[in-house]
Amino acid sequence: MKKSNGRKFAYTVLAWVVALLVFFPILWMLLTAFKTEKQAVEVPPLLFFHPTLANFAVANSRENYLHFAANSVIVAFGSTALALMIALPAAYAMAFFPGRRTKDLLMWMLSTKMLPPVGVLVPIYIIFQRLGLLDTRAGLVLIDTLMNLPIVVWMLFSFFRDIPGDILEAARMDGVTPRQQMVHLLVPLALPGIASTALLAIILSWNEAFWSINLTAAHAGTLAAYIASFSSPEGLFWAKLSAASVLTVAPIMVFGSLTQRQMVRGLTFGAVK
Amino acid sequence: MATLTLNGVRKKYERFDAIKGVDLAVTDREFVVFVGPSGCGKSTLLRMIAGLEEITGGDLLIDGVRANDIPPDRRGLAMVFQSYALYPHMTVAENMGFALRMAGVAKAEIATKVGEAARILQLEKLLDRRPGKLSGGQRQRVAIGRAIVRNPKAFLFDEPLSNLDAALRVQMRIELARLHQELNATMIYVTHDQVEAMTMADRIVVLNAGKLEQVGSPLELYHNPANIFVAGFIGAPKMNLVDAKVAAASAGETRLDLGDGGGVVLPGAEAGLAPGSPVVLGLRPETLSFAATGPFRGIVRVIEHLGGESLYYLERAGGDTMVVKTGEAVFARLGESVSLTVRTERASLFTADGKAIGLRRDNPARAVA
Ligand SMILES: Nc1ncnc2c1ncn2[C@@H]1O[C@H](COP(=O)(O)OP(=O)(O)OP(=O)(O)O)[C@@H](O)[C@H]1O
Ligand SMILES: [Mg+2]
Repeated sequence: MKKSNGRKFAYTVLAWVVALLVFFPILWMLLTAFKTEKQAVEVPPLLFFHPTLANFAVANSRENYLHFAANSVIVAFGSTALALMIALPAAYAMAFFPGRRTKDLLMWMLSTKMLPPVGVLVPIYIIFQRLGLLDTRAGLVLIDTLMNLPIVVWMLFSFFRDIPGDILEAARMDGVTPRQQMVHLLVPLALPGIASTALLAIILSWNEAFWSINLTAAHAGTLAAYIASFSSPEGLFWAKLSAASVLTVAPIMVFGSLTQRQMVRGLTFGAVK
Repeated sequence: MATLTLNGVRKKYERFDAIKGVDLAVTDREFVVFVGPSGCGKSTLLRMIAGLEEITGGDLLIDGVRANDIPPDRRGLAMVFQSYALYPHMTVAENMGFALRMAGVAKAEIATKVGEAARILQLEKLLDRRPGKLSGGQRQRVAIGRAIVRNPKAFLFDEPLSNLDAALRVQMRIELARLHQELNATMIYVTHDQVEAMTMADRIVVLNAGKLEQVGSPLELYHNPANIFVAGFIGAPKMNLVDAKVAAASAGETRLDLGDGGGVVLPGAEAGLAPGSPVVLGLRPETLSFAATGPFRGIVRVIEHLGGESLYYLERAGGDTMVVKTGEAVFARLGESVSLTVRTERASLFTADGKAIGLRRDNPARAVA
């Protein structure tokens, strides 16, 4: 009894330490964003200071924040919509009409996520160049779609698998066409799952930095490219960089917390129970 | 009108023959029950008729038209699943009307048909509920209602009652029989419960390991099983099977040697039965009765009183068990050594490899000790 209480205490402390460690950079970024450049690099670091909004003003005037934010929104939502459009029928086919190679196919799709993106940077860059997709939103939508597709297919596949096959067989007997099955049965039944898949895809796409930094510039750049532009020629300006980062992270954090309940419901419960 | 004809129908999975050539003709308005042990292929055969499973050999005819390649929805059949397979996000009324709505039927007509089905199935008060808030029996009725609404040529049921408790099962059994009369429809019903088969079927199809063992009316199967498998499967408690040898086969009667000194004389004879050939004697429990002397002797090991009747399980000298079914009165006590006589005209006889031997009978029955 005593021992288990002591253990519980130890675990609680450990959990708090880990949580603070994880949260610390975000806290630090938040604090730094409201400091002057001089305060930002002061040693020892200042915990109490007079907050300023100047960094945000500069961050917005030096680069057009709203332009990058709009790109981020377009790319995140666009790539998610496209990925869902492709993945829904794919997952449907794999869940309800599996062939002998379906499992292998799923494993292969997942295995593509094991390749570091930088491994294909050069070929993709050249392809994009030839096709005129460099620094276009369409190009970035495409690459984010491809990036998320394996995860989206996997998630939808497992949500569809939770739907009893009898229901669809009953529908088939009733003369319900595959498209009607999709619209009237599968989508409503798997809706919590589809919603959390979409939310995850949006978040992943929003946070994606590697491709948007390497394949876009001023025209199609997302907020990731926006942050990156603050660490360039003139050197590092910590306070402004932090302000830019806050501006980038804030929308998705708000979005995430608003949809948190939906996410958790979709990810923890089966689709129909 | 709906007749179903199966000609040498087969199902071959990659490495496994699930249905090994089935011939069957289901006539219009017939109630046919597929029965057999688990894994014998009942569901597979039903699903092949439904069109949910591909037929890999032979022909399926619906109303005389080859239907092997007709998709399930255009065969005009409706299926009721063991799991009910209701659409969980729709109300009872929506569940029943869904197929019609998808087919573009007018709203008023859907409402009429759903109302009609609800009346037949006594679901009127539940039309606005979701399946999650229904009892098992109510869900089952909704599933049947969904089939009725489509006005199918034939109904297919796959163990529709096996998720219900015993009392409800009996009630639904009666209801289904009533429904069969009211709808005047052809029905094929799958079950592994021989009581369901006996009580509901016009004809029973006994399946075993993908093959038809016998097709016939319940009483035909009960009294004249084609082989030991059917004899053992139909009837509860099971038919007693006793190894014996032919002692003598004269005109009009067949004398059996039971091996323990006892013997039985069966009325009727069969030319192929040479003295000495091994046979299996099949005796229904209710054809046995206690007597001062008789061909069978044993010790009473278990007694089950079921109220209207009693079952006595005897252990014979060789260790075999025999079951006797009697009326209410108690004839024997536990541990008591008893003798049994048998109404030999009701006995069945099988070859050692399990096929029924039909004895031509023209003599009255008698048994000797
Ligand atoms: N997809 C499949 N691949 C290979 N074998 C299969 C497949 N589906 C069913 N079988 C086999 O076919 C046989 C018949 O199965 P079926 O489901 O028709 O049995 P059943 O008589 O309905 O049994 P139960 O009473 O348990 O429902 C079984 O041995 C089963 O293992
Ligand atoms: Mg079955």
